[in-house]
Amino acid sequence: MSSQMELYQQVILEHNKRPRNFGKLDGGNRAAEGFNPLCGDHLWVYLEVTTDGIIQQIAFEGSGCAICKASASMMTVALKGAKVEVAQAMFGEFQRLLKGELNPESTPNQLGKLKIFSGIWQYPARVKCAALAWHALSGALSNQPTVSTE
Amino acid sequence: MSLPLDIQAVRRDFPVLDQLARGKPLIYMDNAATTLKPTSVVEAVTEHYRMGAANVHRGVHFLSEEATRKFDASREKVRAFLNAKEAAEVIFTSGTTGAINLVAHSFGARLKPGDEVIISEMEHHSNIVPWQLLCERQGTILRVAPINDAGELLLPELEQLINARTRLVSIVAVSNALGTINPIEQIIAMAHSRDIPVLLDCAQAVAHKTLDVQALGVDFLAFSSHKLFGPTGVGVLYGRRALLDTMPPFLSGGDMIRSVSFAKTTFAELPAKFEAGTPHIAGVIGLGAAVDYVNALGLERIAAAEAELLHYGTSCLRQIKGLQQVGTAAQKTSILGFTLDDIHPHDIGTLLDQEGIAIRAGHHCTQPLMQRFGLPATARASLSFYNTKAEIDALVVAIEKTQRLFA
Repeated sequence: MSSQMELYQQVILEHNKRPRNFGKLDGGNRAAEGFNPLCGDHLWVYLEVTTDGIIQQIAFEGSGCAICKASASMMTVALKGAKVEVAQAMFGEFQRLLKGELNPESTPNQLGKLKIFSGIWQYPARVKCAALAWHALSGALSNQPTVSTE
Repeated sequence: MSLPLDIQAVRRDFPVLDQLARGKPLIYMDNAATTLKPTSVVEAVTEHYRMGAANVHRGVHFLSEEATRKFDASREKVRAFLNAKEAAEVIFTSGTTGAINLVAHSFGARLKPGDEVIISEMEHHSNIVPWQLLCERQGTILRVAPINDAGELLLPELEQLINARTRLVSIVAVSNALGTINPIEQIIAMAHSRDIPVLLDCAQAVAHKTLDVQALGVDFLAFSSHKLFGPTGVGVLYGRRALLDTMPPFLSGGDMIRSVSFAKTTFAELPAKFEAGTPHIAGVIGLGAAVDYVNALGLERIAAAEAELLHYGTSCLRQIKGLQQVGTAAQKTSILGFTLDDIHPHDIGTLLDQEGIAIRAGHHCTQPLMQRFGLPATARASLSFYNTKAEIDALVVAIEKTQRLFA
């Protein structure tokens, strides 16, 4: 694929094929459903949050496009063991990254491997695919059982 | 039979085709979403704004009279295109959706609780939701005729749905997601044998087959200008005068009245009765140019070119292992719906876009139809007469490249 096709890098394709932390969670205490009615992307994010605000366990399941699934998979990897406040801050950073408002090379951030999604702002129709799992996460953290990206 | 279309010559009528998309020559295969516009249409619209721009039907000055003349000429062109008995039966709307909403509100206003409207499983949301809202307003009941796995309407099942409470059959003539051409003559005969009027959603059909409202005997017919190589924002509702005359106005305001006083307002004759407010004048004039363009090419020659593309495209896609065609009716237009392995259609759409190929990915505003097939979405390449076999070959190469990326 051409060099401009940053969207479908091997890391994303690999996470799509073999999503990490895929399935339900035993002992989870937070969950939310994310649905994008326009394209049918539909997933659930499960969390186990400790009393001192640590995301002890995180998992997701559902179906969607490669961008949606890879983003969800990489989110679970990035957030396992993280503090809730850190997760919320990363959600903010990730949203700005998707909109092209945060240049991960010049602005300090906690995104790590997630910066791979930085080229997506050039594909406005696909931004919501990458954002869906994070919206569901945010819903789970704020006890909002269903979120939609529409 | 006249000579087949000279595709390279007609492509020159569409300057939009001569450009790069993502650095590759544009291959436009999203004609079911909207068709491209020939130069003559673009010029007709531009000319109106550049040298005309006046309002219609009111001014006594030169520009207004010119605009009115062109506006009325477009109505006559559409009348002739549909072979309607009189131009007054051609109502300009905002599009197919606007036309169906007009019928759902105006014709629908007379329906009583328990009355029934029949649609099919393959309808676009624009021929579902207006009826659902009518059901909420009036207590009407919506009946849905099923289809088979090829995407063909099951006529005996449709017939069984017709009963003494049926007030309207509203059916898509050509499915936007599947390409299925419905047997509209048989459907109309079936409904008319019980004195039930029929509305045909011809949004997809209009650019691909001849529609003769008198030969069909159809009661209402709706289509959009932009799927007939014309501007967006304009559509047509054809209605039989006998029905339109008895129907109450839908939108109200200027242009649609005969006289207004605070005591009593009387309404204008057809078609003005259903055309409240300043219409999309440039759009209507552009639609007239689009009708001229299609007439000059000839719908039969257009259909013949598209049938060849459909045949070639279908057999090419059949060769691709892992590709499932969705919509395999015996009678169909040049719409190629498909799924590919377990690759999500949106990924297919984005990756084909990287090759300069424009297709549609999604539910195509037919969510119940997608549910019928157990799919969240499909990819859809929809071809028009200006597409080529070489473009189909490029589509196949791009699909196989996508498969390799996901392998």
